[in-house]
Parts: sequence; C-alpha cells; structure tokens
Amino acid sequence: MSERANDRAAGAVKSVLRQPLIRSFTLSLIKMDLLRFITAGSVDDGKSTLIGRLLYDSKSILADQLEAIERASKSRDDGEIDLALLTDGLRSEREQGITIDVAYRYFQTPKRKFIIVDAPGHIQYTRNMVTGASNCQLAVVLVDARHGVAEQTRRHSLIASLLGIPHIVVAVNKMDLVDYSQDVFSNICIHYAELAKKLNAHQVTYIPMSALNGDNVVDRSTTMPWYEGPTLLEHLETVGIDDDAEGKTEERHPARFPVQYVIRPQTAELHDYRGYAGKITSGLFRKGDAITVLPSGETSTINAIEIAEEHLDEAISPMSVVLHLATDVDISRGDLIVRSNSQPVSTQTVDAMLCWMDTKEFKVGNKYVLQVGTARTRCSVREITYQLNVNTYEETEDVESLKLNDLAKVVLRTAQPISFDPYQKNRATGGAILIDETSNVTVGALMLVGEAG
Amino acid sequence: MKLDYLDQLESEAIHIMREVAGQFERPALLFSGGKDSITLVHLALKAFRPGKFPFPLVHIDTGHNFQEALDFRDDLAERIGEKLIVRYVEDTIREKKLKEPTGRNATRNGLQTFTLLDAIEEFEFDACIGGARRDEEKARAKERVFSVRDEFGSWDPKRQRPELWNLYNGRIHKGENVRVFPISNWTELDVWNYIRREKIALPSIYFAHERELLIRDGKLMATAGGVIKPEPDDQLVTRRVRFRTVGDISCTAASESQADTLDAVIDEIQATRISERGETRMDDQLSEAAMEDRKKGGYF
Repeated sequence: MSERANDRAAGAVKSVLRQPLIRSFTLSLIKMDLLRFITAGSVDDGKSTLIGRLLYDSKSILADQLEAIERASKSRDDGEIDLALLTDGLRSEREQGITIDVAYRYFQTPKRKFIIVDAPGHIQYTRNMVTGASNCQLAVVLVDARHGVAEQTRRHSLIASLLGIPHIVVAVNKMDLVDYSQDVFSNICIHYAELAKKLNAHQVTYIPMSALNGDNVVDRSTTMPWYEGPTLLEHLETVGIDDDAEGKTEERHPARFPVQYVIRPQTAELHDYRGYAGKITSGLFRKGDAITVLPSGETSTINAIEIAEEHLDEAISPMSVVLHLATDVDISRGDLIVRSNSQPVSTQTVDAMLCWMDTKEFKVGNKYVLQVGTARTRCSVREITYQLNVNTYEETEDVESLKLNDLAKVVLRTAQPISFDPYQKNRATGGAILIDETSNVTVGALMLVGEAG
Repeated sequence: MKLDYLDQLESEAIHIMREVAGQFERPALLFSGGKDSITLVHLALKAFRPGKFPFPLVHIDTGHNFQEALDFRDDLAERIGEKLIVRYVEDTIREKKLKEPTGRNATRNGLQTFTLLDAIEEFEFDACIGGARRDEEKARAKERVFSVRDEFGSWDPKRQRPELWNLYNGRIHKGENVRVFPISNWTELDVWNYIRREKIALPSIYFAHERELLIRDGKLMATAGGVIKPEPDDQLVTRRVRFRTVGDISCTAASESQADTLDAVIDEIQATRISERGETRMDDQLSEAAMEDRKKGGYF
C-alpha cells in the first residue's frame, strides 16, 4: 500500500472508532442461516483491506481488537495502522506481510451469519487455498482494476471451480485508482466472462469497488452511479444458498449417510438397542425408507430416526442423527447407508482430480490410504492422466510425478470398493483425501470423477 | 424443514465428537467448568446417548478455581453419570519441583500445561477434546479442528495438516496426540444463544451477584479463596458483577453487571464493545503472540 493509501486506511479506522456501535438486539431471535465464503489473495491485492472494511462497516470489530492492532502498528517503523494485522494471525505472517495459512473469521448482520475463510493467494500456498475452499458456498475473486484479469485471477477461479464452489463474486477492487471508470470495469467483466466459460462457474456476479474507501463493500458508492447492482454485503446477505430438502431432486441430492459410530448401550433395559450414528451428508431420509448398505450391498428398512433420543419422521442434511434398521445387518464405521432407489458409484478403479499437498513426490505405483466419508482403504496410483496448469489451464500428458501444489487428473486402484457421487454433482460425498501411510499426514485432496474406463 | 445456523453448528460439533469416538482408542474431554466445556458436555450427550460417553471428563485443576465452578463440575458429572478425572497442578509443582511464578500478577495458568501433559501420558490419551473457539484469538483462528501435537504437546502452525470438507484425519504415531475442537466455528454469542435455546445450566458466577473484589490495573479481580493477595495500593470494593469467562481466579476478571438472567446476559454481550478475552483475560495481553507461543508450548 502507498503511504497515502495507508493514511486513508488509518483515517478509516479512526472514523469507525468514533461511530456509535449499533447492534440489533433481536439478532438472536431470528432464524438465520450461515454462509461460508472464501477470499483468496495477499495484502497487495487489497484482501486484508476488503476484509477489514467488511468487518468495520458491519460493526464487527471490537474496540480492544482495534486498540491491539494500533498497539502492534506502533512497533513498526512507519507507525501506520496496518490492516493486515487484523487478518494475519501468525508471527511469521506478520513478519513477512503475507498470508500463509487459512484463518477463519466470523461476523453477522441481521440477515445472515458469515464465516470468512481467509486464504493465501500465492501459488506456493495453493494447498492452503484448496483446504479453505473445500467448505465454501461462495468465493470472492479479487481483481485489481489496474491489472485486470491476471494470472492469479485465473488460478483462484480454477481452484474455486475445481472445488465446486457454486457462487463466484468478481470483486473489481481499487476502482479509485482508475478514476471509477465504467469502461475499465466493463472490459474486465467481458474478459472474465470468457474465462468463466472454460470453467464450471455456476453463477458469477461482478461488483466494482474500492475497499480502501468503502465503495460498494457495505455502503453504496456515490462515485460509481453507473453501477446499479448490489454492494458486496448486500449480495452476501441475499445470495441463494438454500440447502434444505424442499425442491431437492433425488438426483442432485441423493440420500447419503456415512456411519461414524455404533451406539450400543448394552444395559439391561436397552439390551437390544443398536443405533447407527452419523451425519446425513446429502439428501433426505424418511422412516420406512428402503436402504442399501455399501459396500456389502445388504438391504433393510429404516425403523426409526433419532436425534438426542427424540424420534423424527424424516431428517435432512446436514443433520447428525441416529438411524435404526428393521433387520439385523452387519454395519460398522466406514459403511455408507443410502436410499436404495439412488445408488452411488461403487468401484475399485477411480478417476479423480487431485491437488497434491506434500513435499514428497506423487508417483505412479505409490501407495496411500484413501479416506472417503468415514471409509478408509489402501490405494495405489495407476496413472497420472494429465497435469493441469493452474495458471494457463493447459493439460500436459506423460507426466512422471507430481510436486507440492500440482493439480492433475489421476487414476487410483483401491483395495476395497469405494462408494461416492461424482464431486461436480455432489460435493458432499465426492471429496476424498489421501493419507501417507508412514507420516500419517494428509497429502492429497481428491475430487472424485467416476469409475475409470 | 430448514436448519438454522445453530442447528448447523450443533450438527458439525456432534459429527466431530463422533469422529473422535470412531478414530481414537483413548480419547478424553477436557473439562474446565466454564461455559464452553459445559456446552461440549451437552453436545456429547446429544452425540452418544443413550450410550455412555466413549471418553472420561478430565479437569486440570490449578487449585485456583472458583468454588462455584468446582461444585458445578462435580454435580454435573454425577448427574450425567460419567467418569470425571481430576489432576492437580499442585501435585505437579510438588513432584516436579516446578518453580511457581511469583509477583503481583502471578498465575498458575501456564503450569497447567505440565499437568495436562502428565495426564496425557498417565492415561495414554490419544485425543483431547477442548472447547477452544476460533473467534477467541487470532492464533486460534488458524488452528485446525483436529490439531496434531507432538509428544511435547507442541503445536507447529507451519506443519498443520490440510483439513478438507468434513474429512478429519486422526491418524497419529504413538506418543503424539490430537487436540480436537468441536466448537471451532462458534462465536461467543453462538455459545450463549445455544445455552439459552437448549436451557443448559451454568455455574452461578456467570450471572450478576455481589462479591468482594479488588481493583488492579483497572480490572476487577475476585478476592475469593485468597488467591490474589491484596497489596497496599489495591482498592477493595464490593460490586455487583458477573464473569464473562470462567478460568483461574488469578487471571479472570469480573465485569460489572446487573444481568441476572440469560436474556440479560445475552443482551449485554450483544451490546459490548470489548472482546471476551480482551475484557477478562490477563494472560493474553502480554504480547502480540502470547497465545501462539503458549500453544507451541503445549497449551490447550
């Protein structure tokens, strides 16, 4: 940030401090939903300023937190308030002025609760961004108005698309540095729309803003009257993330229940109690449903659905419940219960997109533990079909090995059959991880595609 | 049917607890007597009833706790019929000849780590469930739900495992253990709203009551139990206060308050301009990276 920009940022902080804090006292009485969104980037991109602006203008920063960053800023040479201190939590991050790992921040407005997944943007931290993106429903892709669609815009958009994030916001930031020009904004939109065609981007929203001056972040800009769309916060508050069962088709949201744990009290009065505890990762289960247990293929019927010892007629994702079956079936942790009328893919040879996350190389023939849902099985690498260039989207064949942060399409052979839905159809059941058998570390993220041909 | 945010947070926490039950042989739930760990117990009831908990409750007692919190702890364990293990910092100090911090604002908070690591070794705990939240502090904002610690209990922020979707990797080597934080994504207000919704009982000191305190460095510190020794320039007062967090007497400040019901407490918290740890915890205000350093040293 320039010195002048820093001055203005400091001014912004002070003016916020002077504002009376207005909070709705009825917040907690309203049934609110939850939106998880990711912002990727570095201090230079204005990411910290953007998050800072969202938090200030939504009155989510408390006085002592602000004082703490003021205190910390004083120990720096320039003595200016450094907004990055708000978002960068680790000592090494503050020293280097970059974001290394994902941090989670929380705020709410009267309309919705938000979890901000604050992720690094540098290519060497791609794995951290992938980690952060995995649970998000929306991604804010920051574009510097002066530079337009850049290499990192392409990279962040690709990751958002691979991870199946349904909503993209293209935040065209630093509009103050291009005289709030509508032409600049329009050109960036046209340019990005071409990019979006190559990706699986579902819904893209473009917002011109100046995070530094607060234009179109929370408050509407007076300098860009030509823009009639929502501000960033308005969009975040209203974007459709309805994930309830109504309107869900069985195909888009098949009923899936990975068994985590078997509850068997084995007491005199509960001698025959046998409940399967888990979280419905997708879809809806009803009492009386015909179900299939995978991988065994055994069938039964749901006798009861319990939550905290209360009985329900039906339950939807993402509820954690206990299922009871009408017949004695051999079920343990790692099994997947599905409604019999919507079977997932079950195979031992699987195609997947991989983000490699370890410093040790990924090679054909290597063996790992694959975890999908609650199931774990050993697997070996059959093939690296192609490597995907995260910046140019080029596919390179004949690749021998993958290094840290590489993306690739791969074929794996598993020791036991695994059951899943294709990730791009159902994020909740199509994600899997690879674990190194010797270090026990999570070394890969897999977006499962289907049975390999 | 529609789930609101509290339902979603609750389900996520139950899922995490059941992952602990499914992935570990000897887990434990670290219970402090504070509202966050009381919430964890409530979530465990929802996760495992009508079965027993697959873990004991473990309290690391500094000897500087509020009597109200200790009584509550014992009552709760008895009421739900689950096993409670208590280990005392006092014993560790004696056995290991630890030097206790002295001076005006001395606290045993840091010594808890030694007792905790001893307890982990004694019972061979491979996972310890804790009530830390990411909104509390910025080092915590970076920590994973499954946080792998080495045999010294150290957190290495640069070597955190990637944690994707709802897939938790609890595979460890012997001697390592995992700290698990099921309410990572809850805020202070979420916890309070959940306590109200679920009608969870809390120790009385969370609500406004009169007590004797001394004013030190602008903070109201309880004189109960003689933990804090009054000095000549300390002003002794009687005030109507409540505690926003309940930790050691030596490092937990009280807030002046008239809020004697849950609704009133929640209204006050919504109106506050000071964060939870900023208002009440003396131990985080030492340096910019106070929490990061303590976690690297094996702290909760």
